[in-house]
Amino acid sequence: MTKPLLEMQGLRKQYGTVEVLKGVDCTMRQGEVISIIGSSGSGKTTMLRCINMLEEFQGGRILIDGEAIGYDEIAGVRRRKSEKEIARQRALTGMAFQQFNLFPHLSAAQNVMLGLIKVKKMSRDEARVVAEQWLGRVGLSARADHYPGQLSGGQQQRVAIARAIAMNPRLMLFDEVTSALDPELVGEVLQVIKGLAAEGMSMLLVTHEMRFAYEVSSRVIFMNQGVIVEQGDPKEMFLRPGTERLAEFLKSSSFQ
Amino acid sequence: MNDLMLFLNEVWIARLALLRGLGVTVSISLLAILAGSLLGVGVGLGLVYGNRLLRLVFRGYTDIIRGTPVLVLVLASYYIFSTVGLDLGPFQAGVLALAVFCSSHVGEILRGALQAIPIGQTEAAKAIGLTFGQTFGSVLWPQALRQILPTWVNTAAEMVKASTLLSVIGVAELLLRTQEIISRNFLSLQFYFLAGFLYFLINYGIERLGKYVERKTAVPS
Repeated sequence: MTKPLLEMQGLRKQYGTVEVLKGVDCTMRQGEVISIIGSSGSGKTTMLRCINMLEEFQGGRILIDGEAIGYDEIAGVRRRKSEKEIARQRALTGMAFQQFNLFPHLSAAQNVMLGLIKVKKMSRDEARVVAEQWLGRVGLSARADHYPGQLSGGQQQRVAIARAIAMNPRLMLFDEVTSALDPELVGEVLQVIKGLAAEGMSMLLVTHEMRFAYEVSSRVIFMNQGVIVEQGDPKEMFLRPGTERLAEFLKSSSFQ
Repeated sequence: MNDLMLFLNEVWIARLALLRGLGVTVSISLLAILAGSLLGVGVGLGLVYGNRLLRLVFRGYTDIIRGTPVLVLVLASYYIFSTVGLDLGPFQAGVLALAVFCSSHVGEILRGALQAIPIGQTEAAKAIGLTFGQTFGSVLWPQALRQILPTWVNTAAEMVKASTLLSVIGVAELLLRTQEIISRNFLSLQFYFLAGFLYFLINYGIERLGKYVERKTAVPS
């Protein structure tokens, strides 16, 4: 039995008095592609953001390769790790955002190079080679020196994915990466993600693309009101939902 | 024709006084803009990233300074420091007043620019593992700088204009020199025009420089 890549144990998160994650337990093995589905407000994006400490969480633990993320617990006292340590842990995961969040003052290549130079301490030349390699992989070799403002939404999102992947993360997090795209640009981004899945990249995707979740995932997690309601094989779950709530959700999201 | 010859002759006689005045005006402005901008960056950072107490202090500072007429600041700087035994000359006191005024503006401009950057920029930087210092240096600061450039040029031009107020405490800058020259030759209209033209030249230069830098640093889109 190999150690799991990611473990969440009783993950709890609240904004003020509102509890958005009410004890989430989940284990993920290396190479798994997991889609997280659920209606908005179910906590799926929040859960994803806790994994790389973009959100603080108040209870439970997140482990990556057995290493506790964000907080230390010494003799029952929970303490936030140092900023430096958290920055290092964040680099274990890569993240792509709904709004791309490319750095507008940097070219596509420079966007990918920034983390390689600052975090991986590569030289500019080394970083440039790696950046070009990854931009090539997402089909944007010819756009390396274009700025985000000169790229379409789909191209920007592919650069953002290249920027995250180039850091060689243990796990990729995708947060509704196609939601802000025009319908005709969704396909090119999903194609890139499919390619990564085929190569065995471990991925956790929050998505509204049910068809895509169905086709690409090795497992689907359905969340509702801050807990995991159901999880399992996508074919099984989508065709024979085990709970009323999932059946309703699938109907409303018009998955056939 | 005679009038013009007379005027040009007077300009020639007063050339050294005028040049010295111009030199003093340029030095006051440069010093005030440089010191004020440095100070202002500190104020802006305090306003955005300071803890509650620090933010409160800087907020009070900018609100009070911006709400005070520059002339009052100049007089206050000149007279208050001498009462507490700190003997600043008129030049130093004047530059200090202008720098303080400049810093409140730059601080506020920088605060606005930093807060206008979408939170997603910081999150994306965090997500690739950058520390706060790296995020600020590579992601936030370069974007804020482009944002504030046009307003900063405007503030710089304001400083040049405000430097005339130092004539009140006896700093022999361009305006005071001009007034002295006029008291000798009574060509008030002509020499005030000349002074006005020189101020325009300085500010036009600043504006052109600003436009040039803006073009150089523009992000293609």
